[in-house]
Amino acid sequence: MNTVADSFWLAVRLIVDADAALWHIVGLSLRVSGTACVLGTCAGLLLGTWLAVARFRGLGVLVWGLNTLLALPSVVVGLLVYLLLSRAGPLGPLGILFTPTAMVIAQSILVVPLIAALSRRLVLDALRDGGDQLHSMGASPLLAGAILLLHGRFAVLTILLTAFGRAIAEVGAVMIVGGNVDGVTRVMTTAIALETSKGDLPLALALGIVLLGVVGVVNLAVCAVQARSPLARDALV
Amino acid sequence: MSPPLLVLADASVRFGAVEALCGVNLSLHRGERLALVGANGSGKTTLLRLLHGLVPCSSGARVMQGHGATPTVAMLFQRPFVLSLSVRQNLWVALWLRGLPRAERAARATDALRRVGLEGLAGRPARDLSGGQQQRLALAQAWALRPDLLLLDEPTASLDPSAKREIESLIEAIADEGVTLVMSTHNLGQAKRLAHRVVYLEAGRLVLDLPVAEFFNNALPPVASQFLKGELPWI
Amino acid sequence: MDLNPSLRRALIAVLAASGLATAGVVGAQERFIVMASTTSTEQSGLFGHLLPLFRQASGIDVRVVALGTGQALDTARRGDADVVFVHDTVAEEKFVADGFSRKRWPVMVNDFVLIGPAADPARARGVDIAAALGKLAATGAVFISRGDKSGTHAAELRLWKLAGVDPSAARQASYRECGCGMGPALNMASSTNAYVLADRGTWLSFKNRGELKVLVEGDRTLFNQYGVMVVDAARHPHVKQALAQTFADWVTSPAGQAAIAAYKIGGEQLFFPTAVRR
Repeated sequence: MNTVADSFWLAVRLIVDADAALWHIVGLSLRVSGTACVLGTCAGLLLGTWLAVARFRGLGVLVWGLNTLLALPSVVVGLLVYLLLSRAGPLGPLGILFTPTAMVIAQSILVVPLIAALSRRLVLDALRDGGDQLHSMGASPLLAGAILLLHGRFAVLTILLTAFGRAIAEVGAVMIVGGNVDGVTRVMTTAIALETSKGDLPLALALGIVLLGVVGVVNLAVCAVQARSPLARDALV
Repeated sequence: MSPPLLVLADASVRFGAVEALCGVNLSLHRGERLALVGANGSGKTTLLRLLHGLVPCSSGARVMQGHGATPTVAMLFQRPFVLSLSVRQNLWVALWLRGLPRAERAARATDALRRVGLEGLAGRPARDLSGGQQQRLALAQAWALRPDLLLLDEPTASLDPSAKREIESLIEAIADEGVTLVMSTHNLGQAKRLAHRVVYLEAGRLVLDLPVAEFFNNALPPVASQFLKGELPWI
Repeated sequence: MDLNPSLRRALIAVLAASGLATAGVVGAQERFIVMASTTSTEQSGLFGHLLPLFRQASGIDVRVVALGTGQALDTARRGDADVVFVHDTVAEEKFVADGFSRKRWPVMVNDFVLIGPAADPARARGVDIAAALGKLAATGAVFISRGDKSGTHAAELRLWKLAGVDPSAARQASYRECGCGMGPALNMASSTNAYVLADRGTWLSFKNRGELKVLVEGDRTLFNQYGVMVVDAARHPHVKQALAQTFADWVTSPAGQAAIAAYKIGGEQLFFPTAVRR
């Protein structure tokens, strides 16, 4: 318990001292996971909506596959992307292994199933209530799905925050495709892993607390934006 | 008599193994007001959706003809669905889905809200409205489209009596503008008040199709009269 | 848009300047190499000391991907690294023989130490590592092995062989392979009061010691040879061979060797330069 208390005060000192290296790492974490979530959102919402409105044989298999991918280990994603981007692999000539771009790609792949599966469920349930009405107003199935996403935008926001949490907290994928290169691809989670393996447990825990603090600030900002909407009322994420 | 607006010729609708509608013959003329009555599960909703074009005929035909342009159809449901946006924004979505240009959207929206008496609540979240107010919003959405045909699926079933009366008078006002009306209802008094013609459905078949006066006064097949008697306390 | 002529000129100037600046940034980014090295070397802190000096001297950024020795060599074999800096001479020579590099240059040595609980139940303390390992096997004391194809793991297996002991055969429960890096292995040893073979660098920077102490050191067989190899462009044409060669040349030059010797933890020198003068 001493370690935890030490770590808490160490975390406070780290933040107050505003160490440049630390903030570089924090900034990189936010940029990588943020970009991955933006990309994952575009692909995931589209996929989820389409799966909610599509009708064809084999749809069930696709949905089953998607739900299974929810359990995709981040290390496995890292390995697959590594094999893809390695010089010995098909996308080798792009030369983006061990760069933040590779990390963004890996984390995007990680969050797409999450966003797609949850948004599909959201749209499906909403279609039960309003599908007929929207259809009668002339909306195509996909457009109806999109309108229902707008209708359920606060729930969608929760989904996106979940995806962001998954991305910024994972270490397996970014470690493998990024290489944890100091100053280039070192993010919060790989830094924590490094300090742990060096035996500096208080620092590792302190970094963990800083990470949670950063995500907490992001969530606060989201809440603040929401609270300004007259339609938010009790819908705080 | 002018050519019919919509004709169903021996139309059937199947959902998998279930035959929801069987061999329906119906022709609808402009300006007519039709009431659909029947027990639950008799196919009233399916018939309305077939008339709209939301479901296709499994056999038979549905033919719609207007004067030049394709007729506009609008529909109201028993439980109105409103998006979690403001009242005015809900109207905009309905108008935008029909492809109306921006200036016209704004004008029609304001006009429709005024007609149904919701202009004071235009900025409010639509989900905050009462059931009756939400149904009025749905009517505003339908009205703003200037439909040729308005279909209503038990529009007052989930409303209290005063809201019922409000909605009925608005429906009448729409019909007075020449809009063709098809309304399903459990409320026979409503059918008597609003309709010119009554259609009785039983197990997916169109059993009776009579002018309203004849429907309520003449001798009817036993099942139909049983149905009527069973429904009488609801008037 | 009718822009005032001087404003227009200013706009063009700003655009040109930002174009140049971007080109400059991109240009600077091009002068980097990827070096595959080991976790123990990185965790010793040597790179934090050495690489800034190299950047000052050459303007080249070295991006270190720290892995186990086996993984580092595999990464270079795939062409994902420009230069390799590990400490497993046998594996390195195979790397050269397989044609992935033209030559291996020796750079420095550090040493391994046997770490164990201060109470030393197996009485392993001394200067003879083979004898110590023999005592560990005889008493069934718990030993943590990295078991991860790393240079340290390879050295450890060689030492067991020297001691005439097959560690996996005798007393399975007391020989624990964690498949992990040096730090985690030390963590495990610290929390279970077990014995472990570690490189001095990682040990000196390890903060979670518990009751662990250095029990055996100084035996010649404990010395750990480091070598640097440039990946051959004939094998992987995209490799930045010239820049990588600059690094190899510098680290074996008097300046680089002096920098290595100057690196100390708590006043103790970790690495001893061994590059052959050219």
